[in-house]
Amino acid sequence: MGLIQRSRVKSPWILHFDNSSCNGCDIEILACLTPLYDVERFGMVNMGNPKHADILLITGPVNRRTARVLKNLYEQVPDPKVVVSVGTCASTGGVFHNCYNVLGGVDKVIPVDVYVPGCSVRPEAIIDGVVMALQKLAKL
Amino acid sequence: MMIKQFLFVLLILVGAPIVGGLLFGIDRKITARMQGRYGPPFIQPFYDFFKLLGKEHIAVSRMQFVWIYGYLVFMIASLVFLVMKSDFLLLVFLLGFAGVCLVLGGFSTKSPYAHFGANRELMQILAYEPVLLLLAIAIYAQNGSFLISEIFRQDKPLLFTLWPLFLAVLYVLTIKMRKSPFDISTCHHGHQEIVKGVTTEYSGPYFALYHLAEWYEIILLLGIISLFWTNPLWVGILIALAAFLLELFIDNITARMTVGWMVRLSWSVGLILGIINIAYIYYTKGVS
Repeated sequence: MGLIQRSRVKSPWILHFDNSSCNGCDIEILACLTPLYDVERFGMVNMGNPKHADILLITGPVNRRTARVLKNLYEQVPDPKVVVSVGTCASTGGVFHNCYNVLGGVDKVIPVDVYVPGCSVRPEAIIDGVVMALQKLAKL
Repeated sequence: MMIKQFLFVLLILVGAPIVGGLLFGIDRKITARMQGRYGPPFIQPFYDFFKLLGKEHIAVSRMQFVWIYGYLVFMIASLVFLVMKSDFLLLVFLLGFAGVCLVLGGFSTKSPYAHFGANRELMQILAYEPVLLLLAIAIYAQNGSFLISEIFRQDKPLLFTLWPLFLAVLYVLTIKMRKSPFDISTCHHGHQEIVKGVTTEYSGPYFALYHLAEWYEIILLLGIISLFWTNPLWVGILIALAAFLLELFIDNITARMTVGWMVRLSWSVGLILGIINIAYIYYTKGVS
């Protein structure tokens, strides 16, 4: 593995986007940053700027309003990038799948690499999902 | 003699980013420990750097690349001035040019976030530049020369007569390192300030260049602080490292302040300390 590829795995910067989540999954993502889980020990940093991010963590079902925003954010993240849909809603639409304004899961709008199930997702599962995404990133 | 000096400068140019990167790694580790976390490895900044080199760059405007190279080149130039023991006043001006390059880089894009960040970076320059200029004047008042080599020739450390300006320079270090309470134009470790302030529009390799310039910058600033005790130099370096650790401590115990507050405090405390300092030197030595 080359130096750049090795560094890619060691320093995943995360962009967290909330489509129309109930905030359950968002709180769990933030819980990953707290001293109990401390994902920064793996170099993961919550960036808040799509142009610096490597991994998109997306929560909540896509609705007609957020689809455009989500597509925009995806295009602003420089390659190589991976997308992780966090939670049942982001993966399939969940309990909201039949709502008149909901398009469904994130994969209806942008390609998704890793699906993390759970309502809401446990922080361990989120970290697991990100590690799977990193394995994919190492091969890119 | 020339060859030896050239090799020495080359050594510093290669060594400075390595030491600077490690300092930022130590910064992240210590910050994490202060917050009760384990923290990333010490070489984390290098992982970030090489990862960014391998990423795609998205061009928002062509000029921003010119300005980020300008920021890096002027920062390296001012470090070379310090290493060659050249003119301190010119070093301050070069540092100012480097800051202006970063500001213009922010303004060259159309993003409102980068514009806000650039405006705030301009205010930061406004806050620290007069203090550094006063330091140059005070060095002239003390030694009769702006040359850094003249500082090395003195037996008595500058710290004894210039301690009020030393306090002001510590304040400048916080502004220049962009640490709390002055992480106003942009900030570190995943903190956010109007997205990412002046660096919002840089992506991939050009963001890596920004990091590289920042590593040179920290070495330059710690070098300026170590000028306060040059005989022997290792005492000065220890003082600089202590100042660095103090900065990390301040970063973790304070919240972010507003731009106006920064400029007001810098001008009232920094400038008054500086002017009193210079006046005292001239009072004791007499104007010649």
